[in-house]
Amino acid sequence: MSVRFRPSDAVDFLVVGSGAAGGVVAKELSTAGFRVVVLEQGPYLREKDYSHDEIHYATRQGLTNDIRRQPIFYRASASEPAVIRKAVGYGRQVGGGTVHFAANYWRFHESDFDERTRFGDVPGSAFADWPLRYADLEPHYAKAERDIGISGLAGANPFEAPRSGPYPLPPLPVKSSGVLFDRACRKLGLHSFPAPMAILSQPYRGRGACTHCGFCSWFGCEMRAKSSTLVSVIPMAEKTGRCEIRAGCYARKIEIDKRGRVTGVVYFDERKREIRQRAKAVVLCANGAESPKLLLVSKSNLFPEGLANSSGMVGKCLMWDNTFGINGLFEHPLNEFKSVKVTRVAHDYYRSDPKRGFFGGGGIDARFGGYPAGFAIGGLPPGAPRWGSEYKRQIAEYFNRTMMAAGHCTSLPVESNNITLSPDVKDEWGVPAMVVTFRYHPDDIQTQKWLHQRMVEILDAAGASKIWGGPGSDPGSTFHLMGTCRMGADPRRSVVNPFSRTHDVPNLFVVDGSNFVTSGRQQPTATIQALAYRASERMVSEARNGGLGR
Amino acid sequence: MPSSPISRREWTLATLGLAAPAEVAEAWQHAHQAAGAARPAKLETLSADEAREIEAIASRIIPSDGTPGAREAGVIYFIDRALGTWQAEHRDTYRKGMAEVQSLRERMFPGSSAIAALSGSDQDRLVAAFEKTPFFELLRTHTAFGFLGSPVHGGNRDGVGWTHIGFEDKASFSPPFGFYDAQAMKDESR
Repeated sequence: MSVRFRPSDAVDFLVVGSGAAGGVVAKELSTAGFRVVVLEQGPYLREKDYSHDEIHYATRQGLTNDIRRQPIFYRASASEPAVIRKAVGYGRQVGGGTVHFAANYWRFHESDFDERTRFGDVPGSAFADWPLRYADLEPHYAKAERDIGISGLAGANPFEAPRSGPYPLPPLPVKSSGVLFDRACRKLGLHSFPAPMAILSQPYRGRGACTHCGFCSWFGCEMRAKSSTLVSVIPMAEKTGRCEIRAGCYARKIEIDKRGRVTGVVYFDERKREIRQRAKAVVLCANGAESPKLLLVSKSNLFPEGLANSSGMVGKCLMWDNTFGINGLFEHPLNEFKSVKVTRVAHDYYRSDPKRGFFGGGGIDARFGGYPAGFAIGGLPPGAPRWGSEYKRQIAEYFNRTMMAAGHCTSLPVESNNITLSPDVKDEWGVPAMVVTFRYHPDDIQTQKWLHQRMVEILDAAGASKIWGGPGSDPGSTFHLMGTCRMGADPRRSVVNPFSRTHDVPNLFVVDGSNFVTSGRQQPTATIQALAYRASERMVSEARNGGLGR
Repeated sequence: MPSSPISRREWTLATLGLAAPAEVAEAWQHAHQAAGAARPAKLETLSADEAREIEAIASRIIPSDGTPGAREAGVIYFIDRALGTWQAEHRDTYRKGMAEVQSLRERMFPGSSAIAALSGSDQDRLVAAFEKTPFFELLRTHTAFGFLGSPVHGGNRDGVGWTHIGFEDKASFSPPFGFYDAQAMKDESR
C-alpha cells in the first residue's frame, strides 16, 4: 500500500499523467524528497491482467483510450465538418503508452534541434529551431537509458549523435527480418544497426530478460521485460513513500488563484466524484493531446483562452506519426511473430537534403508486420483472393514469409493542425470532447513518397520476390502526439520555456510530447523522457530555492 | 497446442533471471485458464437457423478443404458471441445483410430452401454475387477473426487457425527464430 495524501493538504507537486514523462517526473521528484500525487485516467494493471489476446489488445487497442467514452472528432481542415474518429490514441493506464508501445527508443540526432537554421524556412509551416541543443539533453538521454533499461549498441549507427556512454544492455538477438535488412543495406552501401529498444536483453535491476514471446506492440509485457515506466521508474517513486499514484482519476480543471498561480487540480475519481487536490505546483504530463485539452478547458478570467495560453499556441502545431510500412515476401520462413518487433534500423536517409527539393527525412526499420487475424484481413498483396481455398492457402504461405519495412518520416509543424474543444459535445464525464484538425504539409507527403522508393530498393536488394504496400492518402490515426505546447524562448510564440515551465504560470510545467518543436523522425519516447529528466532537475532546484513562488 | 500448459523448457527460459517467478507463474496460469475455459457449448445470440446459414457462408470464406476451416475452428461461435458483446452494434447489420443474401439466393436459385442446402459450387456463386458489399467485408473480417483470433473468443478451436498459418502462442522462444537468422548464426560460427 502506497502513501495516501489528503486532498486538502497541498502536496509539493501534482503530476497529471503517469506515462513516458509522468512516470519519470514522479520518480525524480519523489526521490528528491518531495511529496507527489500522480493522477492517471486509466487503471493500475499488473502482469496478471495481460494476455496474448490479439482481438482485445491489438484489434480493439484495449490498452488505449476509448472514443465511446471520450469522443474525438476529426477533420482535415477547419472548413470541413468533423466526424467521430479515433484520430489520436494514447495509452490509458498507469505507465501510459510505454505499457503497450513497440519499445523503439531512438535518441534525436544533433541536427534535429536546429533544422530550421540548417535547412531554411518551409513555407506553410511553423518550422523553427528548438531552444536547446542535443548537448543539453545528452546527460538526460543517458540517465533515461540507465533508469528505464534500454538495449542497444553504441557506435553501431554512424549517424548517431555523440554519446557519453554505452547502452546499459546489449542489443536483442537479430531476427530474420534484421538479417535480410543487414544484407540489403550492405549491398546498397547503407548502414543498418541493432535497434535501440526499451526491452531488456538481459536481467536488469530485478527484472528478467525478454523471453521473445512476440507480444510487444499493443500488449502489456507479462514478463516485465518491456521497460515501461510502470515497471521501471514508478516502483522507484512508490518506494520512497512520498509518491501516491491515483489510478482511475481524470483531471477536469487546473485551478489558479488571483495572482494566476496554480493551486491544484479538480478531478473525477474512480467513482466520478469530484475531488480537489491542492498542490504547490502542477506538472502536466497527460500527452500531446490531453495536456493541451486540459489547458484549454481550464479557462478563467485571467486566462480566457485557456490556462498558460497567452501566446495562443496551446493545441497548435500538432505533428503526426508519419509512418507507413511496405511488405516483402521471401522464400523461406522468417517467423517474424517471434521476439521483439524491430531488430534492425537504418538512419542513412534521416537528414533532410535541400537538393531533394523538399524538407524531410526518415528512419527505416525491419519489423514484424502483423498478428494473425489482422494479417488475414490486411496482410496480403492487393489483388490477392479475399475468400475461398486460394485465400486460405495464401494466408498460410505469406504469414511466416513476410516482413515489413517501416518508414518513419518527418511531420512539419503547421499552426492549423491542432487540438481544440468541441463547442457542444461532452464526454462521459461532462468534459468537452476533443477536436483534431490535421492534414499533412505537402513536404510530408513528398518525404513519404521519396522514402517509399528507398524502402522498395532495400526490400528488393534483400531478395524479396514480391513487394507491396506504401503510404496511404488518409493520415489515419496517430499515437505519437507532438507539438501542441511548444517549447521556445519567445513567450509570444511558445507555451513552455526550455525547461518545460509555462511562460505564463511559474508553478505550472508541461512536459510530454507536446513540447516538441519538430518531430524528429518519430519514435518520440526517448526524447520525451530526456525532456522529463531535464525538466525534473529544474523543478527540484527551483523548489529548493523557493523559485516556484508560493 | 496453444492452451496446453507451458513446457519445462519454456518454463525454465521464462524464469531465468526473474526476480519474481511466482508472479509470472500466476500470470501464465491465469492466461491459460482463461484460454481453456472459453468454449461456448451453445449459441447465445443467433438462432440455430441463422447460425447454420451464416456458417455456410463462413465455410466458403475459409473452406474445410482437406485441413480444418471456419467450420472446424468454430467460427460461428466466435461470431455468435461477438454479436452479443463487443460487436453488438452489428447485430442488425447481420439481420439485414442475411435477409438480402437470402433474397439473392431465391433469385439466383429459384426453389432452393437455404444457403446451407446449396451445393458448394452454388454457394460459391452466391458469395461471388455479394463479395463486393460492406456486409461481406464484415462477414469476412469476423470469419478471419474467428479463425485466427485467440480461442478465448470462442473460435480458433484447438488453435486450428494458428496451426494452419504456422503461428505459435508461447511464453518464450529462443533464437534462431527463422530461416535467415539461423543461416546467419551458422555462417558466424564457421
